[in-house]
Amino acid sequence: MEKEKYLIELRNLTKSFDGVKVVDSINLKIKENEFVTLLGPSGCGKTTTLRMIGGFEEPDEGEILFEGKLLNPVPPYKRNINTVFQRYALFPHMNVFENVAFGLRIKKLPKDEIVERVERMLKMMDLENFGKRHVDSLSGGQQQRVAIARALVNEPKVLLLDEPLGALDLKLRKEMQIELLDMQRRVGITFIYVTHDQEEALTMSDTVVVMNEGHIQQVGTPEDIYNEPTNRFVADFIGESNIIEAVMLEDKKVMFDNHVFDCVDTGFEPNEPVDVVIRPEDLKIVNNPEEGMIQGTVTSVVFKGVHYEMLVENEYREYMIHSTLMHPEGSQVGMNIQPFDIHVMKKEGYGS
Amino acid sequence: MKKLAVRIYMGLIFLFLYAPIIVLIIFSFNKSKSRGQWSGFTLDWYADLFKDRLITEALYYTIAIAILATVISTIVGTIAAIGIHYMRGFGKNMMLNINNIPVLNPDIVTGVALMTLFISAGMKLGFVTMLIAHVLFCIPYVILAVLPKLRQLNRHIAEAALDLGATPSYALRKIILPEIKQGIISGALMAFTMSIDDFVISFFTAGSEVSNLSIMIYSMARRGVKPTINALSTLMFLTVVILLFIINKKSGEGEELLL
Repeated sequence: MEKEKYLIELRNLTKSFDGVKVVDSINLKIKENEFVTLLGPSGCGKTTTLRMIGGFEEPDEGEILFEGKLLNPVPPYKRNINTVFQRYALFPHMNVFENVAFGLRIKKLPKDEIVERVERMLKMMDLENFGKRHVDSLSGGQQQRVAIARALVNEPKVLLLDEPLGALDLKLRKEMQIELLDMQRRVGITFIYVTHDQEEALTMSDTVVVMNEGHIQQVGTPEDIYNEPTNRFVADFIGESNIIEAVMLEDKKVMFDNHVFDCVDTGFEPNEPVDVVIRPEDLKIVNNPEEGMIQGTVTSVVFKGVHYEMLVENEYREYMIHSTLMHPEGSQVGMNIQPFDIHVMKKEGYGS
Repeated sequence: MKKLAVRIYMGLIFLFLYAPIIVLIIFSFNKSKSRGQWSGFTLDWYADLFKDRLITEALYYTIAIAILATVISTIVGTIAAIGIHYMRGFGKNMMLNINNIPVLNPDIVTGVALMTLFISAGMKLGFVTMLIAHVLFCIPYVILAVLPKLRQLNRHIAEAALDLGATPSYALRKIILPEIKQGIISGALMAFTMSIDDFVISFFTAGSEVSNLSIMIYSMARRGVKPTINALSTLMFLTVVILLFIINKKSGEGEELLL
């Protein structure tokens, strides 16, 4: 097996609060310069995992390795890791310059080097003339950039970001996503990013780690996670999806709604019950209902901007369909599904 | 007309509250020794105050105790408040309640209890015991003044300092203390006021050789109210009013200090 170099390794990391396991035996390897996102609903353990890497929570069990060395006993102020906190946690009694210079002053760098590095960082963040400003007088987006500058000026190996865009409005959030991604490419360091926003995770990450109830559900590229979710939870959490209980008749043949569909999945037992995921945009409505693999009645139509979101009901279930063509409520439609758009997942607790 | 009624009502309440003090202040300038008759303006009683050795000595003790008690209780109370703030759950609630009890406890109970404690510990009542007593009853007020400032802090601000390489003590000095400075100053002023103000607890813990101004006034009054008492009381009242004014200015936006 090829031995790859990992910057951070989590081994069996476990943490409980008041007897509840918030993080349960997590294993994860993070490479240098990787943009990793921990994604999950609130309470899934993603922030706690991040805080253990930062050193703000002590793991009950398990190890954190940093460049192959055990990080557990190292206090946060000696870790070569910096954090961008939720709601920024800027120092309100200091101006922008002093906030950014804080880490460098502790390192007792020469004055002119501090000035030079802080000013370079402020310039990079488009905050050139803000040095003397009080942090309270800045907008959310500007405070966000100060928080990132304050962390990055220390040239850490890893930047931890805890829902850094959570407090911004949608438009600014989208801009900052692109800015952050661009910044990560420029400075070339590892980002570990925590969010509950699946779209944000898919947009920015090299690797997405989907978490739920203290466990890692799936690790993969955004494409993997979206197209090949490993279980019901991931499929449901990432994007909109139709999750259907079906039976795998044989390799590449799956049956639901009393119809046998061709698919591309193999490796199941004959007649194994499975979950099938079909994304709403992969259900194609055909003009003549008789030509469709399955039929149904449109029960609701909502305009979503780029597409229409329609609910189509048949005797077995309700499907969500995204299409740029509108079919009025009450109309009979037929639907086709391409074999590669059908994603078959093992049922939880079955075989494996 | 409703407005007028409200004003009259408010006026009566304030008159009721402040009439005694106004009378006291007026009579501190009264030429005659009589308590009921106005016979011209004078500052003699104020001058007399500073000629009386007992009174100047009491003034010295009052101020010395107030300053020392303020400094000690502010330091202890601030550290305690930070500790309580970072506690979680049951322990935190218990600490908050324990902290409130001395504030609500009748002074006389506190006073007698302290006296009993000092005597049973074999301590001679005097300056030191009175100082300890003052520190004790000032601490809860400092904690109550500092805690709201801590609550206003971003939860992660101390962590942010550690994250940037600050040791815990550096983070405390450079980040936490400057952020809660306002609360600490309010707490200190409140402690100072409480200390100057106190009679009951001081009376039980000062012993016979040391007296502060309030004990002084009490013992003078037992021998009949002299106009110097009026003058002394007026000065004490003004000091406290000025301090209260500063406290309310300092504590500022949004949060009122309970007094």
